Amino acid sequence: MDAVAQWRNQWFDYTQYLRREGFLDDQFAQLKKLQDENSPDFVVEVVSLFFQDSEKLFNNMAGALEQNVVNFKQVDAYVHQFKGSSAWIGAFRLKNVCINFRNFCEAQNLEGCLRCLQQLQQESSALKNKLENLFRLEQQIVAAGGSIPMME
Amino acid sequence: MEACNCIEPQWPADELLMKYQYISDFFIALAYFSIPLELIYFVKKSAVFPYRWVLVQFGAFIVLCGATHLINLWTFNMHSRTVAIVMTTAKVLTAVVSCATALMLVHIIPDLLSVKTRELFLKNKAAELDREMGLIRTQEETGRHVRMLTHEIRSTLDRHTILKTTLVELGRTLALEECALWMPTRTGLELQLSYTLHQQNPVGYTVPIHLPVVNQVFSSNCAVKISPNSPVARLRQLAGRHIPGEVVAVRVPLLHLSNFQINDWPELSTKRYALMVLMLPSDSARQWHVHELELVEVVADQVAVALSHAAILEESMRARDLLMEQNIALDLASREAETAIRARNDFLAVMNHEMRTPMHAIIALSSLLQETDLTPEQRLMVETILKSSNLLATLINDVLDLSRLEDGSLQLDIATFNLHSIFREVHNMIKPVASIKRLSVALNIAADLPVYAIGDEKRLMQIILNVVGNAVKFSKEGSISITAYVAKSESLRDFRAPDFFPVQSDNHFYLRVQVKDSGSGINPQDIPNLFTKFTQTQTLASQNSGGSGLGLAICKRFVNLMEGHIWIESEGLGKGCTATFIVKLGFPERSNESKQPFAPKLQANHVQTNFPGLKVLVMDDNGVSRSVTKGLLVHLGCDVTTVSSIDEFLHVISQEHKVVFMDVCMPGIDGYELAVRIHERFTKRHERPVLVALTGSIDKMTKENCMRVGMDGVILKPVSVDKMRSVLSELLEHRVLFEAM
Repeated sequence: MDAVAQWRNQWFDYTQYLRREGFLDDQFAQLKKLQDENSPDFVVEVVSLFFQDSEKLFNNMAGALEQNVVNFKQVDAYVHQFKGSSAWIGAFRLKNVCINFRNFCEAQNLEGCLRCLQQLQQESSALKNKLENLFRLEQQIVAAGGSIPMME
Repeated sequence: MEACNCIEPQWPADELLMKYQYISDFFIALAYFSIPLELIYFVKKSAVFPYRWVLVQFGAFIVLCGATHLINLWTFNMHSRTVAIVMTTAKVLTAVVSCATALMLVHIIPDLLSVKTRELFLKNKAAELDREMGLIRTQEETGRHVRMLTHEIRSTLDRHTILKTTLVELGRTLALEECALWMPTRTGLELQLSYTLHQQNPVGYTVPIHLPVVNQVFSSNCAVKISPNSPVARLRQLAGRHIPGEVVAVRVPLLHLSNFQINDWPELSTKRYALMVLMLPSDSARQWHVHELELVEVVADQVAVALSHAAILEESMRARDLLMEQNIALDLASREAETAIRARNDFLAVMNHEMRTPMHAIIALSSLLQETDLTPEQRLMVETILKSSNLLATLINDVLDLSRLEDGSLQLDIATFNLHSIFREVHNMIKPVASIKRLSVALNIAADLPVYAIGDEKRLMQIILNVVGNAVKFSKEGSISITAYVAKSESLRDFRAPDFFPVQSDNHFYLRVQVKDSGSGINPQDIPNLFTKFTQTQTLASQNSGGSGLGLAICKRFVNLMEGHIWIESEGLGKGCTATFIVKLGFPERSNESKQPFAPKLQANHVQTNFPGLKVLVMDDNGVSRSVTKGLLVHLGCDVTTVSSIDEFLHVISQEHKVVFMDVCMPGIDGYELAVRIHERFTKRHERPVLVALTGSIDKMTKENCMRVGMDGVILKPVSVDKMRSVLSELLEHRVLFEAM
C-alpha cells in the first residue's frame, strides 16, 4: 500500500477514535467542509483562535474564582463564552464540562467550580494534543501528494 | 079636614120597610158624597190625569144622585111642598147630568179601555226587551270571555301552554267539572288523552278514532252534546250515586303549514282534528246553554289558529336551527376543504421535488447502463426498468402538472432559452427509444427560426416531448418527422383552427411544430376526445400503452397558456397521424423582459446553493463564533462583515447589508434592544436588512422575545453548512424563518 493510502487510513482511524471518545463531534466535520481552495487553512485558523481565546478565558475564570467574594455571575458569563466556542468547533467533551460548570456556578458552589475549571484545563490541553496530531497527519498526507479526505 | 099642602106618599107607610129604606138612602147618600171626595183626593195625589172635566161631570152626577137620595129621606113622612119641589128639582138636575155623563162616557170609556190595552202592550214590550237585554248581556259576556280566552291562548306561542291555558280558562269561565283534550296519534288511528284540567299527568289513555261518537263530533263544526257514558267522556271514576253532568264535545282542527296556500284558504277538510270534551259539574242540574255552546265553538276555532301559529313558529325556528347547523357544517366543510387543499399543495410541493429527483436518477442511470456491455438478459431487464421508470416519471409529471394547471395556479416561467437546443435534446431523448423500434426520426428546423427565444423552456419541452413521444409510442414501424418553423401570418389562420386568432407583433413570433408519424393512426371519430383528461380510445388502451391519458390534456393546457393552438389530424386507422401545434414565443433582442439571459439558474429544488455578492453583517462577541460564522457565509459566497460590539455594529450597518446575524446571548449586550433600534432606523421594510438571531438555546421565551422585537428569524448555533444554506434561501424567499421547536 502506498504512503498516501497508509496515511489516509491512519487519518480515518484517528478521526474515528476521536469521535468515539467524544473529543470531537459532527460540528467539526462542518468546519472541515468550509475548508476549500479559498480558505485552505480555515480549520487550523479557527482551532488556533479557539485555544488562544480559551487561554484568556481560563485566566479570567481563575482570577474571578480567587476573589474573596466570588462573582459567580461573572464566572458563568465566561463559561458561557467558552461553551459557545467549544460548540462551534465541535469540542464535545469540553462542551459537557461547561454545562456542569454552569450548574455549579448557578448553585454558587465554589469547590465544584474550581474542580470544573481544572477539568476544563485538562481536557483542553488533551484536545489540543489530539488536534495537533490530526493536523500533522493531514500535513503528511498532503506532503505525500494525497488529498485530505472528507469527514463524514 | 084640614087642608095641608102636605103630600102624602103614594102608598101607606109600612113601618119596617120604611125604616130600611130610610137607612139605605142615608148610606147611599153618604157613599155618593164620599166618592167624589175620594176621587178628588186621589186625583190630586196623582200627577197625571187627563180627564178632569169628566171627573167634574162625574162628581156632579154623583153629588146630585147623593143629594137626591138625601132629599129622599124627607119624603118618607109627610113633607111639605117645598121639599117636594126641591126633590123634583134635584131629580131633574140629576137626570140631566146623568144623561150628559152617560153620553160622555160613551166617548170616554173606549179611550180609557184603550189606555189599558196600551198599558198591557207596553208591559209586554218591556218584558220582551228585558229578555233581549238579558240575551245581549249574556252574549256580551260570552264575547268577553272569548276575548279573554283568546288573549290568554294567543299570548303564548308554545303549543302546550296554548292547550293547557285553553282548558284552564274554559274550565274557569264555564265552571266545568272536567275538561279534556284528545289528540290524534301519529298513526292517525287513535285519539290519545293529552291534556286534562284536573288530572296532572294523563296516562296514555287512547280510544280508537273511528268511534261513532267521535265521527259525529268530527263531522260537524258545532259543539255536540254527547252521552256522559261514551268512552271519550269517561274520564273520572265517578261513584255510582253521582249523576254526571251534561257533556259536550267539539272538534279542534289541527292545521298544518301546507294548508295555508295563498290562493286556497284552508277548507276545513283537513284530516286531523283533536277532540275537546267539556263536562258540567255532576249533581248540579245545570244545562248547556246555547251561548255556552257558541263560546266553546269559538274557542275551539281560536285554539286551532293559535296552534297553527305555534306550528309556524316551531317550523321557522326549526328551519333557522337547521340553517345554522348547515352553516356550521358548511364552515367546517370549507375549512376542511381548505385544509385539504393546503395539505395537497404541501404534498405536491414535496412530491414535486422528492419524487422527481430519484425518478430522474433512475432513468438517467438506467439509460447510461443501457449503453454499457450487457448480456441479453441484463439488457432486457434494464430496458424494462427504463420503460417502467419512464412511464412512472411521465405519470408523476402529468399528475402533478395537471393539478397545478387545474388550480389555475400554474404560471409559465418565462426566460430566455435556446430554442434549437430544445429540439436537439428531444431528438436525443427520443433516438434510443425510436431506434429500438426501428423508427427513423427526422428533425427539420427552419433556417429562420431564432436560436434564442423567450418563453417557458421546460413546458415547451414537455409539449414537444409529449407529442413526439406519442408519435413514437403509437408507431410500430416507419418514420417520424419533426418540423419546426416560424409561422407566417397567412399560414397562421388555419382553417383547422377556426377559434385561433393570432396577432402578429414585433416582439413575438409563432413557433409552429408539426410531428408526422406513420403509425397506427387514429379514428377520426376519436379525435375530439384526444385532449380530454383521462380518456383513452379503445385501440390505444388495448395496445397496453400505459400512461394515464393525461398527456395531451396537459399539452393542450400548456399550449393555451402560451396563447397557441394544438390539433391532431389522421386519415384513419393505420394511416398515421399528424400533430401540429403553434405557440407564441418572444424575440430575445427586442424583448422588454427584465430577466437577464445569464441570470444564475435556480435549481429545480427550492434551495439556492450560492448567494453571490450577498452582503451580510455578523455581530458576535465570541471570536471563534465570529470566525466560523464568517467562514460559513464566505463558503456560500456571501460578502461578510463582522463586528463585535453594538457601537461597531451601528457604525457599519447600512442599507447595503441584506442580512444581519446577531448573537442574542451576548452578556452585557442586549441584542433585543438592538433589534428595536434597527427597526427604528430603517422604517421601510425593503430598506431594512433581514434580522436573524443566533442563540445557544431555542426555548419558547427566546423565540417570543425575538418575535416581539421584530426579528425575522432565529437559529440555533452551531450552524451546519446545509442549515445555513437553507436558512439564507428561506429568508431571501420568504423573509421569515422561525425554526420549529
